[in-house]
Amino acid sequence: MRAIHDIHGGIHPPERKALSRPGDLQEAPIPPVLVLPVRQHLGVPALPVVAVGDTVLGGQVLAEAQGVMSVPVHAPTSGTVIAIESRPIAHASGLADHCIVIQTDGENRWLAFEGIANWREMDPAKLVERIREAGIAGLGGAGFPTAVKLSPGPARSIETLLINGTECEPYITADDTLMQCRADELVEGAHILAHILSADTVLIGIEDNKPDAIASVEAAISRAGVDIELATFPTKYPSGGEKQIIEILTGQQVPSGGIPADMGIVCVNPGTAVAAQQAIIDGKPLTHRIVTLTGEALAAPQNVTACLGTPITQLLKHAELSAEAQQRIIHGGPMMGFAVSDLNAPITKITNCLLAPTETELPLPEPAQPCIRCGHCAEACPASLLPQQLYWYARAKDQEQLAEHRLFDCIECGACAYVCPSQIPLVQYYRAAKGQIRDSEQEKRRSDNSRERFEARQARLEAETAAREAKRAARKAAAQSKAAETGSDPIQEAIERAKARKAEQEPNP
Amino acid sequence: MSLLRVTSPHASGQGQVSTVMRDVLVATLPGILVLTAYFGPGTLINIVFGGLIAVATEYAVTALRGRNPRVAISDLSILVTSTLLCIALPPYAPWWLIVIGVLTAVLLGKQVFGGLGYNPFNPAMVGYVVLLISFPVQMSAWASPRGLAEVPGLGDTLRHLFSPGTIDAVTAATPLDLLRQNTGLLFEDLLTNSPELTGWGGIGWFEVNLAFLAGGLWLLYRRIFTWHAPIAMLVALGACALIGYDGGSSESGGSAFFHLFSGATMFAAFFIITDPVSSAVSNKGRLLFGALIGALIYLIRTLGNYPDAVAFAVLILNFCAPFIDHYTQPKVYGTGSPES
Repeated sequence: MRAIHDIHGGIHPPERKALSRPGDLQEAPIPPVLVLPVRQHLGVPALPVVAVGDTVLGGQVLAEAQGVMSVPVHAPTSGTVIAIESRPIAHASGLADHCIVIQTDGENRWLAFEGIANWREMDPAKLVERIREAGIAGLGGAGFPTAVKLSPGPARSIETLLINGTECEPYITADDTLMQCRADELVEGAHILAHILSADTVLIGIEDNKPDAIASVEAAISRAGVDIELATFPTKYPSGGEKQIIEILTGQQVPSGGIPADMGIVCVNPGTAVAAQQAIIDGKPLTHRIVTLTGEALAAPQNVTACLGTPITQLLKHAELSAEAQQRIIHGGPMMGFAVSDLNAPITKITNCLLAPTETELPLPEPAQPCIRCGHCAEACPASLLPQQLYWYARAKDQEQLAEHRLFDCIECGACAYVCPSQIPLVQYYRAAKGQIRDSEQEKRRSDNSRERFEARQARLEAETAAREAKRAARKAAAQSKAAETGSDPIQEAIERAKARKAEQEPNP
Repeated sequence: MSLLRVTSPHASGQGQVSTVMRDVLVATLPGILVLTAYFGPGTLINIVFGGLIAVATEYAVTALRGRNPRVAISDLSILVTSTLLCIALPPYAPWWLIVIGVLTAVLLGKQVFGGLGYNPFNPAMVGYVVLLISFPVQMSAWASPRGLAEVPGLGDTLRHLFSPGTIDAVTAATPLDLLRQNTGLLFEDLLTNSPELTGWGGIGWFEVNLAFLAGGLWLLYRRIFTWHAPIAMLVALGACALIGYDGGSSESGGSAFFHLFSGATMFAAFFIITDPVSSAVSNKGRLLFGALIGALIYLIRTLGNYPDAVAFAVLILNFCAPFIDHYTQPKVYGTGSPES
C-alpha cells in the first residue's frame, strides 16, 4: 500500500457530482455546423490546410501543427468547409479566434485508420510522433501538447507515469465517467505512455469519492494483468492539481518554477491516456471528448461524448437548458472555470464541463467587505501562501513584496476566495497582479532591448570614427615617411600639381 | 436570457464577517455573566452604554467619511470593540470614562486608519490605555466581589452611572494589585492573609478566567481563530511565572497558576490578542506574537506600575506585528521541505 500524504490547506465544497449521473455516457447529436478553433491547445496555433468549399471526411487533417508546441486539428465528421474566419471561442478573455467552420453532411463518413499492433517493439519517438499527429493535447484543462510532455529530453529520466483521475472540482464527472466506461482503454493507454517514457511505475490516482470508477479501473487492471498501481486518497479540493496529487502520492513537492519531469514524474489526465490509446491502437485522431453537462438550470444533466467544435448552445439545448433571465454558463467547474460570453462558442479539447447553475444554487458573491486578516485563506491555501498579504500587496501594486510572497506560486484554485468571510474576489486580484507584473517585465525587456540597440549603435559609430581616424593617421604617417625617404614633400608636390593644373585651365588673357 | 460574466471561483463558502463577529460576541457571554455574578451589574451597564455610544460614533464617522454606515454597523465589528473595552473597564465606572474610552477606541483606534481591517492597533486596547494613563484613579477602582461587600442592584447601578456617588463606592484591590504591593509576606502567606485572595486566583477571578477560557475554547472549536497565539501566550506567561516563582518568597512574582487564572489573562488570550487585524498573520508569526505578549504581561505585572499589563503588552506587539510577519513567512509549496 502506498503511503498517502496530506497537502496543506484545501476545502470541502459541496460536490454535487451525482447530478450529472457519472458512469452513464450518452452520445451528443452531430450538430449542423462545427466550429473548430485552430488553437485548442497551449502553444502555437495550427495552420489550416483546407480551403473554403473543400469536402472533408471524419478524421481528416484540417490544420497542421506548426512547430513543437503545436498540434493538428482534425474533422470530427464529414462535411464541407464553409468558412475559415474569426469566431467567438470559449476563453476567459471573451476574445474571438481563428476557426475552421464545417457544415456537416449527416453521413458521418470517415477516413480509414491504421493502428499499430506491435507498439511494444516500436521506437518511442515514432509513437510520440503518432500521438502528435493525432492532435492530442492534455484533456484535463490546460491543453498542453501531449507529445511535448512525452519528450522530457535525455537530461530527465522518467520513473513514474501518474494518471491523474482526481477530478476534484465539484460538479465535473467527465473523468469519472471515462474511467467507468473506458477503463480497459485507459489501462492500455497508460501502458503505452509508460512504454514511451520507459517509466517503471505506473500509478493511477483517484479520489475516494468515486467508488465506481475505482472498481472499474481495478477490474480493468486485473483483466489486463499489467503492473499498474491504483492509489486512492481522501476527497479534498484541490487534490487534483498536478503539484498537489504529486505531493499526496509521493510526499515530495515539485520545486517552485520546475516541472514534475524534474522529479522523474509525468502526470497526465485519464482522457489523454485514452486518446493516446486510440491514436496508437486504432490510429484514430482526437475528434471527440466527454463533456459533463450539469447544473440545476439543465433539466437533463448528463455526460456526453461530443464532437469537438460543437457549439455550446447545441449541447445546452441537448441537456434541456431552462435559462434564468441572467444566466451564468461556466466552462469548467465552479472553482476554476470561467463564464462563457457567447454561447455560439464551440467546445474544444479542454472542455471537460459546461455548468449552468441557477442563482440559488451558486449565489452571486455579495459586495466585498474589508479584509479582517482572519487568516482562513492562509489555512485553505494549498500552496502555503499568505493570501491576505498577497491581497494587500496586490492592491498596493507592490511588485517587490508580491514576488517576496511568491505570487507566481499561486495556482488560482480559488480556495482562499471560497473561505473568505469578507467575500473578497481574491483570485481576481492575483490574476490582475500577475498580468501587471508580466506587462511590466515585457515593458522592461522592451526598454532593455532598445537601450542595448542604442548602445550598440553608439559603439558602432565610435568604432567607425576611430577606424577612419586610424586610416587617416596611417596615410599621413606613410606620406611623411615617404617624404623622409625621397627628400621630397608630397604635400608640397600636391600643391604644385594643383597650381599647375589651375594654370593650364585658366584661359590665357 | 443574458449571459452573466463573473470570474472564478463561482462557488463560495457563504462566510460573513458578521458571523465571525457575532460568534465573538456570543463567546464573551459566559465571562460577562460570571463578572456580573461576582461584581454586580456594573459590567453589563458598561457594555450596553458603551455599545450605544460606539454604534452612534461609528455611524456618524462612516457617514462623514462617505461610506455606507449601515454596512459598517452591520458587520458587528464595532460592537466587538466596544464590548471588549467595556469588559475591561472597572464596573461602576463613571459615564464620562466610558464615553472617552469608547470615542478613543472608535476614532483613534479604528476610524482614523480607515475603519475595519486597517487598524494597526487593537482599538479596544487603544481606548483602554488612554484611559489608564489619563485617569489612573478611576481605572484602578475595581469593585469588591460579592462576599466581601454588598453588590449593588441594577437601579442603583444605573443611577450611579450618571451621578457617581450614588453607590458607596466599595472598591477593593484586585489580586494583582495585592501581589504587586506585597513587600514582606511569603506568597503563601499573602494568599491566606488577604480576604480578596481567597479561592484559586482571588475571589471571583478564577471563575471569570474560567468563563473566558470556555468562551475562547468555543471560538477555537468554531475555527474563528487558530490556537497558535492564545496557547503561545499562556505557555509563555506560565513559563515566566514558573521561572520567577522562586519558591514563593516575599519577592516572588506569584505562581504560574495565579498568573494564568487571575486578572485579564484568559480574556486577553482568547479575545484580545486574537484580533486578526492587528496581530501577526502566519501561524508561526502568531506563535511568536502570542509568546512575546505572554512574556511582556509577566514582566509588566511583576516589574511595572499598572494594575494589569495586557493592554501595554498587546499594543507593543501590535507595533512589532509587521516585523514579525516579515521574518515568519511560511514555506511556500515547492520552495523547501514540506511542512509537517
